[in-house]
Amino acid sequence: MQRYVARRIGQLMVTYFAFLTLLFVIFRLAPGDPTTMFLLEGMTPEEREAILQRWGLDQPLYVQYYEYLGQLLTLDLGQSIRYEQPVTDILWTRFWNTVLLMGPAFFLSYIIGVGIGAFMGWVRGTVKEKGGIVLTLIARSSPEFWTGIVLLTVFSFWLGWFPSGGMRAPGYEAATFWDRYLSLDFVHHMILPLMTGVVFYMATPALLMRSSMIQVLNSDFIEIKKAEGHPEWIILYKYAARNSILPITTVVAIVVGVALGGSLVIETIFSWPGMGREMVDSVQYNDYPVAQAVFFLMGSVVIFMNFVADIVYVYLDPRVKYE
Amino acid sequence: MSSETQPKSETGTANRFVSKRRMKKLSQDLSTLWRVIRRDRLAVIGVGILVVYLAVAAFGELLAPHEPGETQRAGGEVLRTEGPTAGYWFGTTNYGEDILSQVIISTRVSVMVGLAAAAMAVFIGANVALISAYYGGWVDDILMRVVDIAYGLPFLPFVIVLVFILGANIWNIIIVIAAILWRDSARVVRSEVLSQKQRPYVKSARAIGASDIRIMYRHILPNVLPLIGLYAAFAVAYAIIYEASIAFLGFGDPTLYSWGQMLFQAYQSGAIRYAWWWVLPPGVALMLIVMAVFFIGRALEQITNPELRH
Repeated sequence: MQRYVARRIGQLMVTYFAFLTLLFVIFRLAPGDPTTMFLLEGMTPEEREAILQRWGLDQPLYVQYYEYLGQLLTLDLGQSIRYEQPVTDILWTRFWNTVLLMGPAFFLSYIIGVGIGAFMGWVRGTVKEKGGIVLTLIARSSPEFWTGIVLLTVFSFWLGWFPSGGMRAPGYEAATFWDRYLSLDFVHHMILPLMTGVVFYMATPALLMRSSMIQVLNSDFIEIKKAEGHPEWIILYKYAARNSILPITTVVAIVVGVALGGSLVIETIFSWPGMGREMVDSVQYNDYPVAQAVFFLMGSVVIFMNFVADIVYVYLDPRVKYE
Repeated sequence: MSSETQPKSETGTANRFVSKRRMKKLSQDLSTLWRVIRRDRLAVIGVGILVVYLAVAAFGELLAPHEPGETQRAGGEVLRTEGPTAGYWFGTTNYGEDILSQVIISTRVSVMVGLAAAAMAVFIGANVALISAYYGGWVDDILMRVVDIAYGLPFLPFVIVLVFILGANIWNIIIVIAAILWRDSARVVRSEVLSQKQRPYVKSARAIGASDIRIMYRHILPNVLPLIGLYAAFAVAYAIIYEASIAFLGFGDPTLYSWGQMLFQAYQSGAIRYAWWWVLPPGVALMLIVMAVFFIGRALEQITNPELRH
């Protein structure tokens, strides 16, 4: 176990290093002069020079690369061009806004998805299963923005039950962290974007859980348990569902990655002041330090989640310990 | 299904029998595919929908009643965000353009992105999987680290940043989507190749001196084709979803009509609040094609995983 974890940590570091390098390369891929993204048109050569110096772009690439790594590792994400403020300051609240929206969306979708999947596997071959599959496939076939638009139209524009966007009632300035998030108003604003995410993300665990359940239910030990005369629900929960969850844990990380990416769409539709929307805006405004920082944060979360999923998997299934 | 039809051993007396047998296997595969699809009502619906979309994509110009970008007028007045009428079944946009025509013309983008990106993704993924699993060792280690990195990239942000940097034209979008979608097929096909590698037919092929390339592409590949097909279907669905999301966020190819782009404009103009005739058609069109692909994918899943079949 320890050897496995040590090896995984080594791999994690390699992956992470490659990810950081890729990030460096991507943001220097722009055609033509790599500095164009930082510069405005109509600048004098002196202004240009000053800006290049300020961003360290006048130095050779390997120096830039070295400094870039050093900065990221100390969580210095640079200065935003648009806000002229440190990126960390800008992203701090937005990070929490995203986490507090996408975190619950992810957990709810997973719990609901696994529940639905277990149920579909259990009632195999019935009309209920058919209906469940069709609904799940429809949910997965609708991109987040389409689900969001439908929910917005029905529950906000027609019925007027929920606000159409934002995080708090207009004009409200939250003073403290708790003030910002612990209120009914916040929850009220959160319900539609949350539902949008849950509808889309629950489909993957649901379908995987279903096929996993079917395989477990076909196995001999379930027959034995049935023959031993255990009640149905014990077989369902204690034996079948629990053993079926195993393969689902490996996709946790993938669903987290999708959910983080999805925050771009959901936050844009519902004007949610999170990282995703900030990224979309900053790309449009050529504010590369911000876009890069968001990408860095999201990638870090996904890589870390992949790592956790691998470790948890070994913990759950000791057979894979040494591959 | 691979376990039923795959030759148990390959004594390899003459190569001409190999190609004959491969043809036989291929036709067996196809007939199994057709049998499974025909038995699955959802998959039949999916095939039906897809055929309609392919036809619309091919003959869009002939079917569209108007030029998609042309301003429609009635008695000198521009028809701005008008609801559906006999002349304009789906109404008009805020610039007075015919929505039905735009929906029809847009079909081509989704079909093209779906097919092209999926083909590229699966091509890369299958080759990585074959090479990685077949050679093992450090080759496998390196390729699998690359897959790990691909899994570490948050999909949509990655696509948006790259499309923005490289330029928002449709081929860049297709390439960037493929550049990340390949990871799924690579990982899954690899584990299947690993198990195929242990089977006697690979050992016999090696014993009679077949080259590595030959074993990989003539012997193993046909046996993992059903799985590759399944991941190709998933890739089509996700490519369509991601293209639409990119366009909806305003990073799509500005020279082409697409459903995502239409919804972006409806959202930007604020017409989303009342103009349901502008919002509903592109969204439903998008949903239906992705659904059709998933329905077919589900049938393919029954081929690759026989336990799901009964």
